[in-house]
Amino acid sequence: MTGFDLSAILTNPEFVAMLLHGIEMTFIIAIGSWTLAMTLAILLLALRFSPGRFGNAFVAGYVSYHRNVPTLVQLMLWYFGIFTLLPDWLTSWLASHNAEAIFAIIGLGLCQAAYFSEDLRSGLRSVSPGQMEAARALGHGYLSAMRFVMMPQGVRNALPPLINHSVSLFKNSSLGVVIGASELTHAVKEIENLSFRTFEIYLIGTVLYLFFSLLIMAGGAYVSMRADPATRARA
Amino acid sequence: MINDIIAIFHDYWLLLLIGQYPNGPLGGLANTLILSALSIALAFPLSILLALARLSRWPFLRWPVTVLVYVTRGVPLLMLILWSYFLVPLLTGADVPSFVTMLTTLVVYQAAFLSEVVRAGIVALGHGQMEAAKALGHGYFGAMRFVILPQALYNMIPSILSTFVSTIKDTTLGYVINVPDLTFAASQVNNQLLTQPFQVFLILAVIYYAICWSLTHVAYRLERQITRRRAGLNGVRPAAVIAPVKIISEQL
Repeated sequence: MTGFDLSAILTNPEFVAMLLHGIEMTFIIAIGSWTLAMTLAILLLALRFSPGRFGNAFVAGYVSYHRNVPTLVQLMLWYFGIFTLLPDWLTSWLASHNAEAIFAIIGLGLCQAAYFSEDLRSGLRSVSPGQMEAARALGHGYLSAMRFVMMPQGVRNALPPLINHSVSLFKNSSLGVVIGASELTHAVKEIENLSFRTFEIYLIGTVLYLFFSLLIMAGGAYVSMRADPATRARA
Repeated sequence: MINDIIAIFHDYWLLLLIGQYPNGPLGGLANTLILSALSIALAFPLSILLALARLSRWPFLRWPVTVLVYVTRGVPLLMLILWSYFLVPLLTGADVPSFVTMLTTLVVYQAAFLSEVVRAGIVALGHGQMEAAKALGHGYFGAMRFVILPQALYNMIPSILSTFVSTIKDTTLGYVINVPDLTFAASQVNNQLLTQPFQVFLILAVIYYAICWSLTHVAYRLERQITRRRAGLNGVRPAAVIAPVKIISEQL
């Protein structure tokens, strides 16, 4: 092995194809689990705000489990544990449809839903109850008041933690490598095994992750700025 | 199902608790806790230095630390572990056990996150404290040592505890470089049994849950107590809800 040489990797079409596939898979996992997480988070939030003790206790338990068990253990439980308990037809269908990526999306999505729903809840709680009363007094129904008055303010309050947790979700997509999903970290390790250029390929992987994370942070900062009435007027 | 779980627990509890200890390296839950505690103990002083460097007037101190913080925030922990796995033996020239590799990674990673917590704690105190301390004749370090840090760090105790919890969760990633921790022990059990992966990993999840939940609960209690003390309400029932100090920590 000779000195530092990035071009040995970046000019090799096979390695570039592996990296691109890795990036694509990372994005599929990250976007898939983000969508799943956000959908579930809104459902959990609705359940939490609905009357009845059972729904509330269920959400509290859900959030507590997903926040106190390491994400990696959750993924292992899904892929090594629950996968084997499924009926045969489902197992074989999953196995032929990239089960690793599907379980990475499910595991990360369910885990992140707990964080997102807590972010949204604390965002909504910081909106003064007077807003709700005022909206109801103006003739809005509960859902309509939520939709037009409470949620826009609550989501704006919740933006900073939501963005932080979106970055974490993107980074956590790397955990997919442990259950064998062929995402970016997996591609990096494969190329390392093939090329023995550990330093170069780790550097490329690190820069890619850093670039996309910073992009998400910058996008989040832009959205926050647009959402804030004080800065929107100037933007 | 329940019987299986009890049987596994009955047969393997010692392996899960201390790994193969007398006959091999210490592992299992004991190693997870030692690794987390050591990481926090080493990361904490480092984080104070990093925070002071980030608040420094001199760019040559401020910039490298800012870059470090952004890199650790933007790169997955797994990637950092791979880096240490590659770099630590290269730099020390020795055959380094995976425990040390993992410890190095966690110290750097958690120090970067904790430094943000320390920085926030110092900034939250306001300028007045520093100015008053200087007016009383303290130098910069004297003011930091006797006035700023004692207050900032006291307010940070809950955040440190919740960083400890996330460190416990982070140690699971040592699995990829075969650190003999609780997750590693569970996968050993799974490899011996082969037929009951769900039961084994459920036990693993429950153990982590019990530990992290209790510690989070303690952090929450402490946080409320400290918030009340800061508001001067110790021993008084608060009339209004006091906004709690946000616990800042990375989730994993």
